[in-house]
Amino acid sequence: MKLRIDHVFKSFARDGASIPVLDDIDLEVAEGEFICLVGPSGCGKSTLLDVMGGFMKPTSGTVTIDGEVVTGPDPRRILVFQERGVFPWLTVEGNIAFGLSKLPRAEREARVAHYVRMVRLEGFEKSYPSDLSGGMKQRLQVARALAVNPDVLYLDEPFGALDSVTRLIMRAELMRIWQTERRTILFVTHDIDEAVQLADRVVVLSSRPAKIKDILTIDLPHPRNISSPRYLELRDSLLDKIGLAYSV
Amino acid sequence: MNGRGLTYRRLLIGLRPVAFIGLLLLLWQIAVAQHPGGLLPGPVGVAYGIVDLVRDGLLLKYAVASLFRVTWGFLLAAVIAIPLGLTVGWFRRAELAVNPLVQLFRPISPLAWIPLAILWFGVGDTAAIFLIFVGCFFPLLLTAMSAVHTVPEMYVDVGRNFGLSTREFVYRVLYPAVMPQLLAGARITLGIAWLVVVAAEMISVNSGLGFLIVDARNAGNRYDLVIAGMVLIGLIGLLLDLGMRSLERMKSFQWSESGE
Repeated sequence: MKLRIDHVFKSFARDGASIPVLDDIDLEVAEGEFICLVGPSGCGKSTLLDVMGGFMKPTSGTVTIDGEVVTGPDPRRILVFQERGVFPWLTVEGNIAFGLSKLPRAEREARVAHYVRMVRLEGFEKSYPSDLSGGMKQRLQVARALAVNPDVLYLDEPFGALDSVTRLIMRAELMRIWQTERRTILFVTHDIDEAVQLADRVVVLSSRPAKIKDILTIDLPHPRNISSPRYLELRDSLLDKIGLAYSV
Repeated sequence: MNGRGLTYRRLLIGLRPVAFIGLLLLLWQIAVAQHPGGLLPGPVGVAYGIVDLVRDGLLLKYAVASLFRVTWGFLLAAVIAIPLGLTVGWFRRAELAVNPLVQLFRPISPLAWIPLAILWFGVGDTAAIFLIFVGCFFPLLLTAMSAVHTVPEMYVDVGRNFGLSTREFVYRVLYPAVMPQLLAGARITLGIAWLVVVAAEMISVNSGLGFLIVDARNAGNRYDLVIAGMVLIGLIGLLLDLGMRSLERMKSFQWSESGE
């Protein structure tokens, strides 16, 4: 068991009242597993990632990774944001090297070169993010995260700001990277197709306060045929679990 | 052909302000010639005044003296006000405590400090530098305080996520993140410093471009030199501003325009 969320509750105090956001979240994630968290916007998905990442303390309950309780942010688990998460004052190389300052120079350069290749940004090493497209910025952010060799990646709607074609390409890229560099991934999205295309298991959250409503196992091999009957069946069943089946 | 035509057009556009200044100088000369009476020297007289200053070596000496004071006053203020402003801005409670005091001091013209400056430092460079320091300190402090608030929380989280120490965080995330605003604030503040130095030199020293202006009047009503001094102050101020602008345009500093 890689990651365990043990009866996590989280509430925020606002104007003297306590507003519950996470309600008894309980989940076990295996090593190398790809989990998608889906749920209506504002349900507390990002809060859950913040708690898992150690950016926020749960009101009660614990998150453990490899048996160790998460108490704060750590480079062993990196949170990837939407595209504005890259540092605009650093070049592509500078961004990828951001977490590598303690490495000897030769090793750092080798690692940067490796991840530049992995996310296909060759030729843009000296470019600044302002000269990159949205998809390239996201690949850069993934490269910056992978470069520090984390066990767990948290992705918070990483493709949410991209157009739909770029989003499809990015999913394929992420799958390719995940298959070469097996990491445990927790991926927050509100896109049903994204979840069914990427995940081993999809965790369906309710609206606020977020509870785990259901967990759907996607038993399809990669690459997934997105017009196969089984895919469509799983997609419909996910829509159904969210409570939207055939309603649009 | 097309390319050459384009450069030619650009050159014409570039020459427009020059032509406009030339026209104004011509009108000025004509007006002065129509109404002789010594109320205002003409541009030709001023040009001779500048030539006089160059020949006596005063131009360089006074410009260097003024720039020396501005540099020291401005740098001292920057070194103290920027880290202080960033710290205070980072801790909301400190800001709540300090802000009213800053707002009280801010509207006081640096020139109001002249009597105290002379009392504390005597007549000389130190008093002038102190006045420039006071004039730069509050604008830079406020710039730094408000710049901290605009740092996206995401950058702070990334810094924490990658395990940066406080020191590393300050140098690798906070400073670069606030740099565009600091530079914009510094440019405006340098303009203030250049305004203050002229006034300070009129009272508390006997060199510099401000002194030149007072001295030219006191010692023989050389109004051509007064205007020559004004022209030089304007030109050097313009160059300082251009210098700061080119700093702002540096690639690793200018990200705010395209990145946000």
